[in-house]
This record gives sequence, structure tokens and C-alpha cells, in this order.
Amino acid sequence: MATTTLNRREAIVRMALLMGGTMVGPRLLAGAWDADAPASANGASADDLALLDEIGDTIIPASDVPGAKAVGIGAFITMMLRECYDAKDQTAVRAGWVTLAADYRTKHGHAFVGAPATERTEFLNALDREQKSHMKKKQPAEPPHAFRVLKELTILGYFTSEIGTTQALRFAEVPGSFNGGAPYKKGEHAWAT
Amino acid sequence: METETYDAIVVGSGISGGWAAKELTEKGLKVLLLERGRNIEHISGYATALTPPWQVPHRGKVTQQQHSDHPVLRRDYVLNEMNLSYWADEKECPYEEKKPFDWFRGYHVGGRSLTWGRQSYRWSDLDFEANAKEGVGTDWPIRYADISSWYDYVETHAGISGSLEGLPQLPDGKFLPPMELNCVEKDVAARIKKHFNDSRRMIIGRVANLTQPLASRVNCQYRNKCWLGCPFGGYFSTQSSTLPPAMKTGNLTLRPFSIVTRVVYDKNTMKARGVEILDAETKQTYEFKSKIVFLCASAFNSTWVLMNSATDLWPEGLGSSSGELGHNVMDHHFRCGASGHVEGYEDKIVFGRRPNGFYIPRFQNLPGGEKRTYTRGFGYQGGASREGWSREIAELGIGAPLKEELREPGQWMIGMTAFGETLPYHDNRISLNRDKRDKWGLPVLAIDCEIRENEKKMRADMMDNGAEMLEAAGVKQVKKTDSGYTFGQGIHEMGCARMGRDPKTSVLNSHNQVWDAKNVFVTDGACMASAACVNPSLTYMALTARAADFAVSELKKGNI
Repeated sequence: MATTTLNRREAIVRMALLMGGTMVGPRLLAGAWDADAPASANGASADDLALLDEIGDTIIPASDVPGAKAVGIGAFITMMLRECYDAKDQTAVRAGWVTLAADYRTKHGHAFVGAPATERTEFLNALDREQKSHMKKKQPAEPPHAFRVLKELTILGYFTSEIGTTQALRFAEVPGSFNGGAPYKKGEHAWAT
Repeated sequence: METETYDAIVVGSGISGGWAAKELTEKGLKVLLLERGRNIEHISGYATALTPPWQVPHRGKVTQQQHSDHPVLRRDYVLNEMNLSYWADEKECPYEEKKPFDWFRGYHVGGRSLTWGRQSYRWSDLDFEANAKEGVGTDWPIRYADISSWYDYVETHAGISGSLEGLPQLPDGKFLPPMELNCVEKDVAARIKKHFNDSRRMIIGRVANLTQPLASRVNCQYRNKCWLGCPFGGYFSTQSSTLPPAMKTGNLTLRPFSIVTRVVYDKNTMKARGVEILDAETKQTYEFKSKIVFLCASAFNSTWVLMNSATDLWPEGLGSSSGELGHNVMDHHFRCGASGHVEGYEDKIVFGRRPNGFYIPRFQNLPGGEKRTYTRGFGYQGGASREGWSREIAELGIGAPLKEELREPGQWMIGMTAFGETLPYHDNRISLNRDKRDKWGLPVLAIDCEIRENEKKMRADMMDNGAEMLEAAGVKQVKKTDSGYTFGQGIHEMGCARMGRDPKTSVLNSHNQVWDAKNVFVTDGACMASAACVNPSLTYMALTARAADFAVSELKKGNI
């Protein structure tokens, strides 16, 4: 009834496909939630939002279509952290972005926000390699790397935003028909669901 | 106590109850349809059906609050912010798990017909004869010939799309044109057919979605948002399909917020004289009278009503004289299968969101076919698709290259999971726990079920056979998966008031009549004497229409 965001079939397929793979978002933490978590653990300031917008826009920068900053990714990330993650993870991710900003200043002598794009990109690429290596080694019970959470929430928030859905991807709200083998050329964008 | 009199009372408005209401009203009976939850109007009641993705607050992710509020729903995909109101409030309606059991309930008009998976398959004599041939449980009192014309009837009205395959284990029906396998599925299907000499076949799912307009319903628009309620009426639900004709007769009274607490049994006539309800909002008690009662409240809740009825005569409830009421609970065990990568097809993409997948009908333990060390079998459901933006791209970090890559579709993947038959075990049972009460002070169900050796053996085969077929079809990096299964997770509860040939070993006769009260009929999943491996709802529809026809004919003859 059986058997869904996803309907059952889709959920089944997706489950089968993702088994042992990676999933974006808080399902990584299923079972680790604490319902009594204080919401204040993730109060976000204007500086936090500016930093998260800049981190998001470095992960998904503007090109022919706007990037993550344009979809308000900082506000999305803080909202998702507050509502979908437990206090422990909220604290860890928050500590992650505070450290990120401090390390950046130490290394480059100026703030992450407003720094040249190539410099920011290089810095976050190094952090991305670090999170990938951490995720490979970590035990299932260990929390994910803070930058992994930031990256996942950026990708989720961007590609499900109106800009992401209708400009970065293609969107047919009411397809009206089905073609199981439509022609596709490299460079064309995927259909949003 | 207020009393109103009807010809028939139908308890529950899901797939079975909707059908009972339609059939009985169309035959001229004045019918009271009782639903324990709120009303949901067709189209206008589907609050989120047209919400664009970017307006979904958490983009489908579960919040801590939802996780905390829904200790049962959170166990599977069903917990979603977009249709939370289509599931029963677990805090108001608790149950006891003597062993782990996932009970996903829809307490509103339409019940789980709004959220069902819509896969619709006929049973065959392979299924109806299995218990008798193997000495498992009790024999079904009917055979395929007794129900095939009723399958025709309900398929024609409900609108089932599917392909004609000529398979004895999965009889063809009165189908609308089939949906289409996608390009990868078509090729995989052809390779499987060739490799296994057509003893295994991958077909498009038979699904209760319209591929042509039907009556006032619009054909499926390939939005794949059925689970929110369809504003086009593209799939079968009580709201889209059975309630409108029932209403049109002028014979139907629908009463939401009506929790049926018992069937009122008259020991002088040895029949029911109606039902007693608790108004869920006012907590007032009412009695409604009728000549016949159809219990269609879902397998467990119809059984609950029986267990809470006529307890002065039968301590275990109405219909318990055989000792089988509440026993022989079944479900479909699943979440075992295989998946892999498909090379090529980079010049192809799917347009439209098909609310359906492929189906591989049972091929184990068929007459003259492959034999197994367990009995019965399973079928697979699955699909192929290109990966989306949530895929992991190991070689890319962050920035423009990642963005541009994720805007394009990824590699083709294919995956499938098997749905396996669960045998009827007497000890798998539900009972009333009178020490634990729900919001209305009513006793709750205690559920005590587990799968056994036959199912466990089958699960290994469910993985192996899936991987074997994918490998034979040239799929790469094939992975077997068993994601674990909790009883009930299939959301196909069946069997706690089974049909049978003998009142000593069954609760219902061959027309779904309670042996102990001939004007009481149970036509939902409770009536099942075995589970087969196919999705059961179509069979509930057929059995309900058949029982309604019988009931009216018996009423006219003065037999009930």
C-alpha cells in the first residue's frame, strides 16, 4: 500500500538505488534526533547568514543562471538545521562554519565574505576533500563532517528552489504525457521532479 | 440515544467501504456510510496537490518535531510533511506492539485509497488452491471462476491500465492501455525474456491510473503526485471513483467523525440490528439500525469492531466461535532486491513522471517451473531512471563544475524490490488490550506477529534472483539489498477474519458473511485466507462487489 514525497514505487526504487550510497540531508541522522533540543542552539545572526550565503554561493556560484545566494541559501540552511537536526549536530555544524571563517582569516588575512571567488573556491575544495575523506573513514554513529552538511543543504536548497527548479533544471508542472526514451543531448538540463 | 434506520450500514470509507457504498446504493438500498475521521472532499480537499517543489517547507525532509510526533510513521517513507493529514494521529490512537509492527492507518474519508500504491493484480487459481494443496491454513471457499467476472466489473469502473500477457499466474483483465516501460526497462525486459526463455518476464505495472479519460475523470497527467490526492481524478480513490456514483443515487448518507464501537447483535434474531458509534467530536453515543452491516474498516479495525461486539455471548467477540478471529494475520514482506548501474543510453531521457514501474510476476514454484526450498513466491517491482542532482560525484569538488554537472541527468540506474507471500500462521494475531485506551477511552489492539522460516528463506532468494536477472541483462555493479522488514510495513494487513468452508475453522463464509451473524459482511483485508504475493486491493474491490450483490439478493429473498 501500499504502499511517499515519494510514492511507494519511487521510494522503493530510490531505496534500492541508494542502499549503501549517500543520501542528501537529515536522513543521515535518523535515529539520532533529540526532540527536546533547545532551538536556541542555532540562533543565526546577520553575520552567520552572510557567511552561509557566501559559502553556498561558492559551492553553487552564479553562471548563466543565479547561484545559491540568490535563493537565500543562508536562511534555508539555518532553518533546516534548526528544524531537522538535533542540538548536537546543530552545534557541530555551527562550530564548523565558525572554524571555517577563522581558518580562512588566518590563512588569507581577510574575511571569507567578500574574498575573491577563486580563493574561496580553492579553500572550500580543500575542505570538501577533507569531508570526503572523513566520510569514508567515519563510523556510522559518528556525526557527519560539518562541511558535508553545509554542502548537502546547499545542493538541496538550491535545486529545490524556484530558480533551481525552473532555471537550473527544466520543470514541467503538468507533463500531461510520458516518453520513456526522449532524445537527449549532452548539455541539456535534467527535468526537475 | 438517537436512532436512525437504514437498509445498510457500511463501516469505513476506504477502498472496500467505497465499493460497498457504491454497489449497495446503486442497487437501491438506503445506505449509511460511517467514517471515523474527517471528510476530505475530492479535489478541493487536496490541500497540497498543486504546491510547487519550492513551496514545500522542508523540501520533504523530516523535522525533529514530526519525528517526535510520529513514532510509527517515521519508520518509513510515509512520514512526509506534504500529506501528514492523510495518516492517523498515532498519539490519539496508540496500539501495543507485542512484537514490532508498523501500522500505517488512514483515518479520514477515502482512507488509504488516497495514499495507496495503486498496483492492481488479479489472483489466480495458483493462489486460491495453494492452501488446500499444501495443507496450509484453511482452503479458500472460492476459486478464480467465482471472482473473475467481478474482477472484470471492478477493473472496468476503477480504471486499471496494463498489458495483456497471457500468464496463468497473473490473469489478464479488462485493462486500459498500458503505460510504457522506459527505454532501459524495455531492453532489460527483452534480455531477461531471452535469457530465461520467457519463464521470467518484466512487464509494465498494472496500475489504477487512467491512461484514457473515464467518466468524468481526466487521464493521468504524469505528475507522480498521487499520494497528495489527484485534482484530475487520475487514479482510483473513493473520492474519484466510488463516492460520486454512490452520492448520485441519492441513497447515501455519509457520516464522518463516527467511530463504530460495536455491531449491535440481537440474540433473538441471531442477526445484527445495526451499529453503535461514538461521535469522535462530541463523544456522544448513537445507535443506527440497518438490515445489513458491511465492515470495511481495514483488516485490523473491522476485526476490532467484531472483537468488541456481542461479548456477552462470545467473550472474544462476534464471529469468534471458530477461535480464529484475530488470528492468521498476514502482510507482504519486502525490501529485498537488487540494483545496479546501466551503461549507455546517454542520448536518452525520460519525459513525464510515470507513477508506475515495472513488474516481474512470480516465477518460483509454478507448475512445471523452477522449484524452491520454500513454498509460494514473490514478484518484483522496480524501475530504471537517470540519477538526479542528489547524486554523489566523487571526482568533483564544489563550484561551477559541480553545478553544471548536477544540472544534467546522471547515469542510468535500475533497482527492484520483491514483494513476498507471507503464510497464515495461527499464532500471528491481534487481540484487544482493555488495559490500554485511546483518546476516546476505547481499548486498543495488541499486535503479535512475526515472519518465520518460509519467509526468511524466501528473502535470500528475493535478493539472489534479482541480482541474477540484472546481471543476465548486462547491468553493472549489481548489488543485492535487504533493507530489513518489519511486519506491517507492507501496509497489506490481511487475514484476521478469514473466509472458509467450515464455521469451525473460519470467520466468514464464501460470500464474506460472518458465520455467526448472517447479515454482517466483512470484505476488507480481514477476509483473506492467504496472502498471495500480489498487491491485494483489487481483490478487496472484487470481493466487496460480489458480496454486495449477494447480500442484496439474499435480502430480497428474505434470507437475511
